[in-house]
Amino acid sequence: MRTADIVTASVLMSLGCLVFYDAVRLGFGWGADGPQSGFFPAWLAIIMIGSCAVIMIQAVRKADTTPFVTRERLGPVLKVLWPAAVAVALMHFIGLYVASAIYLAFYMRWVGRHSWLTVLLISLAIPLGAFFVFELWFLVPMPKGPLEAWLGY
Amino acid sequence: MGIENLWMGFHIAITPFNLFVAVVGITLGTIIGVLPGLGGANGVAILLPVTFTMPPTSAIILLTSIYWGALFGGAITSILFNIPGEPWSVATTFDGYPMARQGQGGPALTGAFTSSFIGAFFAIVLITLFAPLLAEIALRFGPPEFFAIQLLTFSSFVGLGGGNPLKSLVSIVLGFILAAVGLDIVTGQLRLTFGFTDLMKGFDFIVAVIGLFGIGEILLSVEEGLSFQGVKTKINPKVVLDTWKLLPRYWRTFVRSAFIGFWMGFKPGGATPASFMSYAFAKRFSKNAEKFGKGELEGVVAPETAAHSAGIAAMLPMITLGIPGSPTAAVMLGGLIIWGLQPGPLLFKEKPDFVWGLIASMYTGNIIGVLMVLAFVPFFAAILRIPFAVLTPLIVVVCAIGSYAVHNSMIDIWYMLIFGVIGYVFKKLDYPLAPLVLALVLGDLAENALRQSLIMSQGSLGIFFSRPISAAITFAAIFFFVMPIITPWWRRLRGQPPTIEPAIGHG
Amino acid sequence: MRKTTPLVVGVLLAASGFWHPAHAWEPTKPIEFVIPAGTGGGADQMARVIQGISEKHKLSPRPLIPVNKSGGAGAEGFLEVKGKKGDAHTIIITLSNLFTTPLATGVPFNWKDFTPLSRLALDQFILWVNADTPYKTAKEYIAAVKERSGGANRMKMGGTGSAQEDQIITVQIEQATGGKFTYVPFKGGGEVCVNLVGAHIDSTVNNPSECVSHWKAGKVRPLGVFDTERIPLAEWKTIPTIKEALGSDIHYLMLRGIFGAPDMPKDAVEWYVGFFKKLYDTQDFQKYLTDNALKPAFASGQEYVKWVTDNEQLHKDLMTKGGLIKK
Repeated sequence: MRTADIVTASVLMSLGCLVFYDAVRLGFGWGADGPQSGFFPAWLAIIMIGSCAVIMIQAVRKADTTPFVTRERLGPVLKVLWPAAVAVALMHFIGLYVASAIYLAFYMRWVGRHSWLTVLLISLAIPLGAFFVFELWFLVPMPKGPLEAWLGY
Repeated sequence: MGIENLWMGFHIAITPFNLFVAVVGITLGTIIGVLPGLGGANGVAILLPVTFTMPPTSAIILLTSIYWGALFGGAITSILFNIPGEPWSVATTFDGYPMARQGQGGPALTGAFTSSFIGAFFAIVLITLFAPLLAEIALRFGPPEFFAIQLLTFSSFVGLGGGNPLKSLVSIVLGFILAAVGLDIVTGQLRLTFGFTDLMKGFDFIVAVIGLFGIGEILLSVEEGLSFQGVKTKINPKVVLDTWKLLPRYWRTFVRSAFIGFWMGFKPGGATPASFMSYAFAKRFSKNAEKFGKGELEGVVAPETAAHSAGIAAMLPMITLGIPGSPTAAVMLGGLIIWGLQPGPLLFKEKPDFVWGLIASMYTGNIIGVLMVLAFVPFFAAILRIPFAVLTPLIVVVCAIGSYAVHNSMIDIWYMLIFGVIGYVFKKLDYPLAPLVLALVLGDLAENALRQSLIMSQGSLGIFFSRPISAAITFAAIFFFVMPIITPWWRRLRGQPPTIEPAIGHG
Repeated sequence: MRKTTPLVVGVLLAASGFWHPAHAWEPTKPIEFVIPAGTGGGADQMARVIQGISEKHKLSPRPLIPVNKSGGAGAEGFLEVKGKKGDAHTIIITLSNLFTTPLATGVPFNWKDFTPLSRLALDQFILWVNADTPYKTAKEYIAAVKERSGGANRMKMGGTGSAQEDQIITVQIEQATGGKFTYVPFKGGGEVCVNLVGAHIDSTVNNPSECVSHWKAGKVRPLGVFDTERIPLAEWKTIPTIKEALGSDIHYLMLRGIFGAPDMPKDAVEWYVGFFKKLYDTQDFQKYLTDNALKPAFASGQEYVKWVTDNEQLHKDLMTKGGLIKK
């Protein structure tokens, strides 16, 4: 916990510095007609940096040795996270619907060990349903790839 | 306003075609409400061209019904999956989701829908009776008053968090920083974009919420090994009646929340802050304050009542002044113009059939709406029975679609994943998420209102105290800001002899 | 990334005559109609009217799908379309932010990046004051503005956004008359007019459609039109031009036009120009123009390009003079 606390606080602190840097560029004074563009960001950054510094000190002082997440518990979390990230990356190339189908099928088979029939049915039905609802019914365009283009969308 | 006008309105709203239109609208609206990212505004905008060929009254009934449906539907995913389908149902997740985890999904949904309806009903009655008068009041709200309201919303949340106050502070500040990214409308400068075009549109509230709450919650659940299902909800049609028996005891919360909602709904962007404020006040005044956040029905009742009341109130400035009280109303306003009606103060005189038809349809639409969603409570609750390995990727896909739909932009899906990780880490390290979300949704509005006010006063803060309405609200806000500091003093004081009374002065 | 493939396939399909007989180009998939402004505003309304009319009269074989991309004063939308080089299924509706946003924020795009399709209308601007104020003419109002210019209690001019059309006009008035305003920026025109009715600001330069209902209800008073001639519609004819009212010729019109993605194929351009001409001629669209006191101004091809070129220069001059350009 302690390390995680310190790391998080320092990440937020660097964010604060970044914000302050931009606030300086924008001007953070109190102009003739109220605060300038950078006024609020500058103060937010200062509060952020200050609070994070104190949180860090608190964390260092506290001898909290419980781990942020144990190795065996981290497994399932990553199992959700990385396929999702891969699926999102795939969406750039093959569109949302196809990527979703692959992702659904992969996850159901790999984690859920569902039968191939269930996997196929669900992983095809859901993107298809979504396609009808969004592209045809509500006319909300989603990222599409070569397959949809081939079908004329 | 005469009863005969309302009567005439009902004659228009209760034709078979208009009732059919209402049912269709509510069904669509509920679907839109369930899907995060597809908001009421999108839904209405998407169907606007369809209404082009309808008579205006049927058209507005269709569009408003979508809106009512979205107001009802927003609660469903909030309660079942901790994913707010709409911005105004974020506060519903605070207690609704814990209830669902404890197998209380049915009662939570019933409570949410019923509260929505009660809030709506309260607001419609007020509109029926006082529309023109209320419009006058709405006009008195300029930027200083608007800022004072934002201040009051924040102040209501002060001291409710518990935990490390510094971490709450960091959460709020992070929300404000994220809200500041993008174009500063007051000066027209780009802020915190560092030259990246993707940052120019800023961080959308709904994307952040889908990530922080939805994805974050999935990650937490799988880590805890709960396989994201919670206790199997008992599915029993009687759940509705059983919950109804519990609700009358919250009558104070109903009245307070409906009032907050109605009052906040006047101004643009009202429903979301109203739901937050109403949740905060419910917790402040509740005997069970310590149970809030752990699955207290009252914590579902309060935000839902306020959100729907505000949603209805948002229609008022649209009809009477021609200004939209919410983004959804803004699109409807466009609709009025397309249908050849001129929204604004004369609508009541020139098109009474339209206005009263609309008001009457608010009654019929919401009655139909609440009956429809209540009938489906057991079905919604059954969604939780879907096996984990199907539900998890399904939620991720729905969240991705929702995030993309907000701006049609791939980067938002990445933001959603990143916010998911942030939500997970923050939750584990006890950084509260609610203040972050509140700051993100209000940050922009509050800063703009503040700076507009200061431009008007040439930089003097006195403007907030010299105008009566703004002064009253500002003082109320200050009171709530200092209340957490005063309360311990006050309590100690009351337990002691009156001789020490002057000590208040130092408090 | 995903942009080239569908186009190639789409063009192939169209060319091979798989979907349509081999005559002129027609859309083969839904047309993405980008709106570089939020939902509910003037541009958004017009885009949705266009979509509705197109559907009602079956003017296009595939639907138009309006997509709002309002980030960074519309920069988000313009950059999105700029990135779709050669795409025949992406168009954008523009308002003055086509000129003002790149100048005010430094975001790199220019109308020359896009394919001009057609100009549909020009939006008017009117000087409005609250009806309870004693100012009956622009002259009286400007005199009062000048009187209060020196002190802390200047007249407050409300407008949409910063360094956009409303502020440009405000600066023009200041420069022409010598009076000084306090400019208060708001998010949208409707909000501006309500703040005028509530007397939180003293005047606005709103578009007719944004204030018309309050005018008819007797809450606001028009003092002058920022154009070289009066609006030739029944009730609007009574409003003098600013030149008649003040003697100084301040005029400004806002573009309501359509552009396509960069390097749009020539036959696609032809189809769109024809599509918008047909749409413009419908009774529904003409009624929309009259209802909102928009100036009918269909143009395409060279005429459109020339107008845009002139207006770009005009905006550059006005914004330079007003000190609104990003340094």
